[in-house]
Amino acid sequence: MSVHMQFMLLFSRQGKLRLQKWYVPLSDKEKKKITRELVQTVLARKPKMCSFLEWRDLKIVYKRYASLYFCCAIEDQDNELITLEIIHRYVELLDKYFGSVCELDIIFNFEKAYFILDEFLLGGEVQETSKKNVLKAIEQADLLQEEAETPRSVLEEIGLT
Amino acid sequence: MPAVSKGDGMRGLAVFISDIRNCKSKEAEIKRINKELANIRSKFKGDKALDGYSKKKYVCKLLFIFLLGHDIDFGHMEAVNLLSSNRYTEKQIGYLFISVLVNSNSELIRLINNAIKNDLASRNPIFMGLALHCIANVGSREMAEAFAGEIPKILVAGDTMDSVKQSAALCLLRLYRTSPDLVPMGDWTSRVVHLLNDQHLGVVTAATSLITTLAQKNPEEFKTSVSLAVSRLSRIVTSASTDLQDYTYYFVPAPWLSVKLLRLLQCYPPPEDPAVRGRLTECLETILNKAQEPPKSKKVQHSNAKNAVLFEAISLIIHHDSEPNLLVRACNQLGQFLQHRETNLRYLALESMCTLASSEFSHEAVKTHIETVINALKTERDVSVRQRAVDLLYAMCDRSNAQQIVAEMLNYLETADYSIREEIVLKVAILAEKYAVDYTWYVDTILNLIRIAGDYVSEEVWYRVIQIVINRDDVQGYAAKTVFEALQAPACHENLVKVGGYILGEFGNLIAGDPRSSPLIQFNLLHSKFHLCSVPTRALLLSTYIKFVNLFPEIKTTIQDVLRSDSQLKNADVELQQRAVEYLRLSTIASTDILATVLEEMPPFPERESSILAKLKKKKGPSTVTDLEEIKKERSSDMNGSAEPTPVNASNVSTPSPSADLLGLGAVPLTNSAPAPSSSGSLLVDVFSDSSSVAAPLAPGSEDNFASSSDLASSEVVSEEPADAVHDADELIHKFICKNNGVLFENQLLQIGLKSEFRQNLGRMFIFYGNKTSTQFLNFTPTVICSDELQSSLNLQTKPVDPIVDGGAQVQQVVNIECISDFMDAPILNIQFRYGGTLQNLSVKLPITLNKFFQPTEMSSQDFFQRWKQLSSPKQEVQNIFKAKHPMDTEITKAKIIGFGSALLEEVDPNPANFVGAGIIHTKTIQIGCLLRLEPNLQAQCSVLFQMYRLTLRTSKEAVSQRLCELLSEQF
Repeated sequence: MSVHMQFMLLFSRQGKLRLQKWYVPLSDKEKKKITRELVQTVLARKPKMCSFLEWRDLKIVYKRYASLYFCCAIEDQDNELITLEIIHRYVELLDKYFGSVCELDIIFNFEKAYFILDEFLLGGEVQETSKKNVLKAIEQADLLQEEAETPRSVLEEIGLT
Repeated sequence: MPAVSKGDGMRGLAVFISDIRNCKSKEAEIKRINKELANIRSKFKGDKALDGYSKKKYVCKLLFIFLLGHDIDFGHMEAVNLLSSNRYTEKQIGYLFISVLVNSNSELIRLINNAIKNDLASRNPIFMGLALHCIANVGSREMAEAFAGEIPKILVAGDTMDSVKQSAALCLLRLYRTSPDLVPMGDWTSRVVHLLNDQHLGVVTAATSLITTLAQKNPEEFKTSVSLAVSRLSRIVTSASTDLQDYTYYFVPAPWLSVKLLRLLQCYPPPEDPAVRGRLTECLETILNKAQEPPKSKKVQHSNAKNAVLFEAISLIIHHDSEPNLLVRACNQLGQFLQHRETNLRYLALESMCTLASSEFSHEAVKTHIETVINALKTERDVSVRQRAVDLLYAMCDRSNAQQIVAEMLNYLETADYSIREEIVLKVAILAEKYAVDYTWYVDTILNLIRIAGDYVSEEVWYRVIQIVINRDDVQGYAAKTVFEALQAPACHENLVKVGGYILGEFGNLIAGDPRSSPLIQFNLLHSKFHLCSVPTRALLLSTYIKFVNLFPEIKTTIQDVLRSDSQLKNADVELQQRAVEYLRLSTIASTDILATVLEEMPPFPERESSILAKLKKKKGPSTVTDLEEIKKERSSDMNGSAEPTPVNASNVSTPSPSADLLGLGAVPLTNSAPAPSSSGSLLVDVFSDSSSVAAPLAPGSEDNFASSSDLASSEVVSEEPADAVHDADELIHKFICKNNGVLFENQLLQIGLKSEFRQNLGRMFIFYGNKTSTQFLNFTPTVICSDELQSSLNLQTKPVDPIVDGGAQVQQVVNIECISDFMDAPILNIQFRYGGTLQNLSVKLPITLNKFFQPTEMSSQDFFQRWKQLSSPKQEVQNIFKAKHPMDTEITKAKIIGFGSALLEEVDPNPANFVGAGIIHTKTIQIGCLLRLEPNLQAQCSVLFQMYRLTLRTSKEAVSQRLCELLSEQF
């Protein structure tokens, strides 16, 4: 298990959770507790501190990009630096897909953020590291979507349903 | 307005999200959400059938609401409907909803599985991908049941698209993690290994994770992956930075795959084939060389990716622990990182060096960095980095630098973060004890600990200092003098009062000759602290006072006055009041001789594993204190494995009711099995009470217990009582650990004999029921019962026996046994029959134990120790230190080890007094290699009662090590 990620959380500087991906089965209650605790811990850290910390029996690897914190939990034997670059590659993927990604893109297109993550990481393991291949898979899907869409009613167009 | 959304689909969703973001308060948000939920609910319930698009939109809104942290209790059905849509985006949203909001509703699971099944069969790679992602995300047991057989086929089929293969590999990995028993090994495994050769690096990346996890559990089956992984790795590290195109990351070729391959290799020992081994060494050298090359980019991503591979390579070097040259190079490289400007690298270097410190090849090299590490302790601004520095100092500590390291840790403790103080205290206490050349230094160190960080000094620490002072008479005078001086401080920590009280109570006489520490001065000093202390400490001080009565008859009246005062005799606390009353009476009534006997100096404590170490292990988890295993090896006298002392309330054990006569009071501790003849010390005796001494009277009496249990059967169980007396006292089983035939049970009515044979994971047991009476047994029904847990690991088949057993006759029953996986408990044999009108009901445990499926393995000394080393993770090793129950006899011991099922390896252990064995536990699902080592401690104490053994089991599975160790420990 080079990297068996337990979960990945994206949250804002204000502590708002923007994306959560759990690779181990946990109850909703437990998930909320972990999120609360970790958001607090990570937000309390100062900028120059190291990106790794021990937390319970896991290692936390986190990095801040603009207003967003990306935070992963890995196991004791796992490689911290490569996890840091997992985060970076994911940011690159989002950036490439949305074109200069910002927090709002992830809020309004959260489903896309999940789809991209699933192409990149599956079951907590790296599935495909090639940026081209991941984006190809997502763009194919977008193409399928455009073909399938039928014209909407006027009401729908202005977002009233 | 919302940001531009690509593949722009659901405008209604964007508007909803906008609304939520515009909410000014939590209440407004909840109101908006409730409105939306009501809307969606009415749409779902409405008469008009919704089109796929609307369904998708509403399901997506629900998902959004859920991710905001609100509960969602509907919409699952609509999401499941989306799964069978032909439109990709609808399907995709359906799957996303299911992945995030799995519901264990069985009806839904069936529908979901159905949809997945259809998509897997669709041969549309995009649909297959979605279905596989869903399985990997949910990973439930139901899904494993449905798909664990199918996915390997997809994985190795020749016509499967690369992207589908990748998903299939990781999907299978997830199922294997949740339900290993449901993933069958088979033909596909060898084909999976060959995916390491695949042309598509993405496929290799995904497959390597799967292979690594499978190889950890089934090393034999995946052995060929080693050479394939080495050659793949070699091709990557020697490739030019552009060769791998999109798999090159910031000029580093395939860093993720490299890390995974290096990880896979850590499942195995160094390759045996010299060519493969040479190639691997080259790879590792290349990686180390690259670390010295100038960076190809200034970007942090470049150095992170490069160093990720480097750190993983170092982990492999440490894992192999066989190439001194590489180990030292690794250490030098980490040494450079210790001073790197990147905090992350300093942190990791400290962490990685900790493991290097435990290798004999690199321990010295690590030690050369001591100044840098001490400096890190003083200058690092991040507490997590300082914590790593403490860990490393602890790991690199040995006799040569202990004084310096302990001094630095004490220094640091003054300003250390509260979060890590307790741990530092434990570490200092352990190092001070382990490397004490001179025990005065040890005593000083512990007292310093109490002074600097008294609140963080746990009970274990001060118990330990007392144990050591009591056991070492060369330090007692010094200890008394030092605590006396320390107690002079106007405000001293309560822990110091405890240590001081105890030590002066025992050894105050050693300093009483000095007029500055005369008996009265000692007493007044202690008593000046009395009122500021908590109840347990005051109780301890009262014991000190009664000890003073014996040590210093000249201050007896002063002490009696104190004991007699209202604040003592009428104390609201029962324990304190009782002590005051009893001690006062004792001092008044007992003669000098009796006092001297009762209040005699404490006898030495039996040597034991430091309870501090146990505490640290508990605190840190076993993995972080592995290096301390050496402690045990270094101190051959330290042969008592009892855990932390368990404080027992003194009044429960040794103090009779206040009205009891006083001679009785003196006598009670003497009849107690604890070695201390003192009731005054009883609190402390109990605190230190050795659990093995409590167990001792029971253990050797297996015959007696057996006899009494048969009495029980004839008197009480022979009745209509339906209650089962399970003769599960494991003694019955222990008799059969090392042998297969014999009498299992006997009472006045019935005798049960056993004959059994085992081969690999199969066995057969003949049970003979003998009617010892002259009357028929009617309705004779023996039943073998397995607990639910046991049923999944042990398959037992029996045939019913004739329900009538004539007087004097014997009937036979056959049990066919198949071991599916390793197990803990033994099955229970329940027998019911009618004898002379009363129903007899008894239960005994059947001696089917894990070791029965042992097959001996012969191996050379070299092989043995190589394997021994490979099984060195703390979860693989279980150790037990115990008192011998039988006289030590080499031949009998050998016979028992062979009877246990393992091979007895002669001339393997450098110490001829030790016994080592090896074998394989065969179960249907896995085979588990086991190594064992039994070390008798011959030179310890002279009395047979104190002869000790240390038994170490190392197997690839923690539970197996644990169980075998339990079973075998009972035999000697």
